[in-house]
Amino acid sequence: MYEKDGEKYFVVDSHMHYWDASPQNWVAGQENYAKGWIECFHAYQSLGPAETHWSIEHFQKYSEQDLMKDVFEDGHVDVAVFQPTYLKSWYTEGFNTTEKNGELAEKHPGKFIVNSRFEPRGGDAAMKEFEADVERWQPKGVKLYTAEWLDDSRGWTLKDPEAYRFLERAQELGIKNVHVHKGPTIWPLDKDAFDVSDVDHAATDFPELNFIVEHVGLPRIEDFCFMATQEPNVYAGLSVVIGGLMHARPNFFAKVMGELLFWVGEDKMTFGSDYGIWEPKWQVEGFVDWDYPESDAFSDYPRVNVATKKKILGLNAAKLYGIEVPAEFQLPDSAGTPAAQDDAKLVEESIGAPA
Amino acid sequence: MTDTAAVLAALDAVRDPELDEPVTSLGFVASCTVSADGVADVHLRLPTYFCAPNFAFLMVADAYEAVSGVPGVLRTEIVLDDHFASDAINGGVAARSGFVAAFGELADSELDQLRIDFIRKAVLAGTDRVCRPMLAAGRTGAELAELTLGDAPPSADRDRLRARRAELGLPCDDTSPLLVDAVTGEGVGAAALPLHLQKARVTRVGVEANTGICRGMLRDRYPSLGLGQDS
Repeated sequence: MYEKDGEKYFVVDSHMHYWDASPQNWVAGQENYAKGWIECFHAYQSLGPAETHWSIEHFQKYSEQDLMKDVFEDGHVDVAVFQPTYLKSWYTEGFNTTEKNGELAEKHPGKFIVNSRFEPRGGDAAMKEFEADVERWQPKGVKLYTAEWLDDSRGWTLKDPEAYRFLERAQELGIKNVHVHKGPTIWPLDKDAFDVSDVDHAATDFPELNFIVEHVGLPRIEDFCFMATQEPNVYAGLSVVIGGLMHARPNFFAKVMGELLFWVGEDKMTFGSDYGIWEPKWQVEGFVDWDYPESDAFSDYPRVNVATKKKILGLNAAKLYGIEVPAEFQLPDSAGTPAAQDDAKLVEESIGAPA
Repeated sequence: MTDTAAVLAALDAVRDPELDEPVTSLGFVASCTVSADGVADVHLRLPTYFCAPNFAFLMVADAYEAVSGVPGVLRTEIVLDDHFASDAINGGVAARSGFVAAFGELADSELDQLRIDFIRKAVLAGTDRVCRPMLAAGRTGAELAELTLGDAPPSADRDRLRARRAELGLPCDDTSPLLVDAVTGEGVGAAALPLHLQKARVTRVGVEANTGICRGMLRDRYPSLGLGQDS
């Protein structure tokens, strides 16, 4: 938890990792990709404050002690959600897998939520593996990475029939939350991993599931915004938005946040640190202190207040995952309608829309 | 004799297709030489090892076209360095074989549609750049729906918007509507105007935020300035 100016924030880090990208884990013959991937991530870390940068060696593989300290002791996080990313084409034991995450979670009861994943191109074998995973870990959420390479395939979409088969099964097995990576990408070639139209389809056809679009389709935030504004079960996962922009590009951060608050609203945005890319501490503290710069450039956007931040930093994700939040962190019932709706009407009026 | 300056000037006209900015000012030109016998040799660099190969291919191919057209250049070599698909891109561009041939079964189609999609986004972003100052100066949305491109104050932003619309074959002379649908070219009426302007605004934010991230990551990867890079 984090306390500032008499306000108490319950913090759910809804997108973080425990990876091993050390050379010992690189698949022979794929070293260029394994190395290039982790160095690309390391470059993203350079967008955070200088004093939070790690050496490449530390970045490749950090310890359990590092993680517990960075996330829970220093990072103000109450509950952290592990989002697995397998990448077994390049990392022998996987980049960060449900199993490895799960082992750590079992050592620290109550601290972690362990999400699973599925691979729709893997057919019946992959379905069996998914079902076994669900039985072992009882996840409420899955992380999907539609641009992951598998043999000759360079990606899949949530619209594919195979994907629907897995989404249906996931729903039957009690999965509620589907986190889809849609953001800064490694490839594809001409297939478009940023493309969020597949989420549009799936969200409409699976109204009982929540789709959290991680990284909000950055850099194509406009596509995400148009889509999300029309789908009640689509959320904006803010991992990379805060880590990549809040420190390095504060003006753009303010505009991106303004757009998300405008199109999606403060009730459907969730904080994620994307640890180990960035540590949660500076992100949580910085976001609590944040407001738009003083300028007309931001007057189109919904206002931000303490309730906004409490929702984004933890209360929204707590609802998604059924996490019990102690009363002192909750909002009073009189919080009212989300700022986004009221302010959106103001915008229409101010630019002379017909009544 | 053709000098480096002429080749750099040609490269100034080559844009990153998504960021809609010259590759020179973005810092993507690592080196540029022209030999006495007219061989132009240009090395390009990008913010990450993993920048999407489709964008990279477009840029390298566009650079090839631009430099080949400089008087006195008899042979052109454009090399993209430090990228996971460098070999395929460099080879494909040099052979003028197109994206599909360069990447074989990994590519579904040529990149024309991608380019069109990005120019449409540039039209939307440019619309916000032109309209925002007009609204700030007191024009209402209803007024904007009736205005033409010629009614907007002359500016570099208006020139740029006009140029992008021209590239798509959208109406772009002074009598054309100020606001047009980027796909159909039809004028945007008063009813559709608020949403159109909101879309223009968020598109601009996306493009500019992306540019900001790319510039930051490039500086971290290559501390020395590229030729023509904004410092």
